[in-house]
Amino acid sequence: MNTRGRLWVLIGPPAIVLLAFFVLPMINMGSFSLRQGSFGAARQLWTIEHYRAFAANEAFQRLLLRSTWLALATSLLTVILAYPVAYHLAFKAGGRRMTLMMLLLVPAWTSFLLRILAWKLILGSEGLFSVALQALGLMQEPRPILLYTPTAVVVALVYSWLPFVALPIFAALQRIDVRLLEAAADLGCPPWRAFVRVTLPLSVPGVAAGFFFVFIPTLGEWVTPALVGGADGVMYGNIIQDQFARALNWPMGSLMSLVMLAAMLGLLGLLVGLARLLRLDLEVV
Amino acid sequence: MQRQRWPSLGALYYALLALFMYLPIVVLVVFAFNDSPLMVFPLKGFTLQWFRALGQATEMLKALRNSLLLGITSSLVATLLGTMAAIATMRYRFALKGLFLAVASMPLVIPYVVLGVALLILFSTVGVPLSLFTVGVGHVIISVPYVMLIVAARLAGFPASLEEAAQDLGASYWLTLWRVVLPIAAPAIMSAFLTSFTTSFDEFAVSFFLTGTDTTLPVYVYSQLRFPNRLPIVVTLSAIVMVCSVALLLLAEWLRTRGEPATRRVKQ
Repeated sequence: MNTRGRLWVLIGPPAIVLLAFFVLPMINMGSFSLRQGSFGAARQLWTIEHYRAFAANEAFQRLLLRSTWLALATSLLTVILAYPVAYHLAFKAGGRRMTLMMLLLVPAWTSFLLRILAWKLILGSEGLFSVALQALGLMQEPRPILLYTPTAVVVALVYSWLPFVALPIFAALQRIDVRLLEAAADLGCPPWRAFVRVTLPLSVPGVAAGFFFVFIPTLGEWVTPALVGGADGVMYGNIIQDQFARALNWPMGSLMSLVMLAAMLGLLGLLVGLARLLRLDLEVV
Repeated sequence: MQRQRWPSLGALYYALLALFMYLPIVVLVVFAFNDSPLMVFPLKGFTLQWFRALGQATEMLKALRNSLLLGITSSLVATLLGTMAAIATMRYRFALKGLFLAVASMPLVIPYVVLGVALLILFSTVGVPLSLFTVGVGHVIISVPYVMLIVAARLAGFPASLEEAAQDLGASYWLTLWRVVLPIAAPAIMSAFLTSFTTSFDEFAVSFFLTGTDTTLPVYVYSQLRFPNRLPIVVTLSAIVMVCSVALLLLAEWLRTRGEPATRRVKQ
């Protein structure tokens, strides 16, 4: 068998599977957004009424904006919380740094749904915090603490992502040649300035990887808000899910998915462009 | 590294974060031993009844079996496809390589809800009924990019000249893949398999849309969240699963890092 034949044998099956079960469904979803209804004859009729309905529905647009904002806030907050711990482990923790990093990752390997359930058990009206506050006499009656608010969604999401953001930042910091920092010190650069001018720029790839790792799934998140968000914590992903699980308006759901994809790719492009403008080396994607 | 007499600010911060990470886990484990069908504080006393009741929870055990079966099958397929793609892209030059890589890594930047509904519409359009097979397809698409990344990183770590040497010595191309490339890449392939397995085993956002009458464990757990008195037994099972998955992932990590010194020897 010649080189070309071998290549076909190797690349053929993955390419076919990706075409059939990834590219095709995406194209099909695009075409579905132009159908009249979800089932039967209505599925065969073409229309742009859903596009009109979406454009006229300010609630949908507001929710998309709010979810984007929530995803940005969650990603930034997670990065800000993870950076110091990654820094501490990479530079100050000595030989146990790997073990200590792994220790932070272990909780993330337990069931995703049950970790969210655990937050309900902590924040609920008969949960850990509420009962503890009552025992301390700081609160008179059982009351949920943050549960069923957007803040609870952020807490649960930050909790889910934190170790996965700390890991790439930790890896990026570990790759930094300490001689660079010594050189900076020898040349009279104070530590805080060396951090801003040397360490921080060199850790940007890790920070960017962590940021995108959180931002992308959070924008499409629907499970966490459904469980701890309450009425105010609803996200854009929830109304997509609703079109398929309850409202059964698949064309509208398809269109909503397309809009979200466009919004996300646009925003990612904007962020990558901004990073280029600032001459930051991202090394992601 | 200088030893400090007092714990530094950094060490305190680490301890605080570790507490934040472990608090929910401890709460879950505590409720597996709590003598009350309601999962509320204050706790009611110690019991092993939830562990004893596990054997009777047939529906949950069936979901667990489905998840294990699905995890193994979908990860095997994803690992095979991802490894083939990794070898092709790392060792060959071809016209549409850039496009292939872009498409193959797209599932990484697409929210799961979109992937789930797009596959749901496709299966409905072609008339494929929802089943464990359709869930498996979703999981394969999610896992292939990860497998590609992990295996390609490993292939980049050793020179293609090893394969040329094997073929110069008379081995056919496929024998070279089998006897040279796969053994060297084995730790990465194993680690990719375990990563895919744990992803599939815990996946819910996509599975929700693609599950038929046979549910996976996460889909079952989600359906139980509305019935608070059935939760202690779910939590108990997951405490056991938790211990097993930590063991699995430690194994994966060990496999990934093992053999790295060997590659360095080969390079010299």
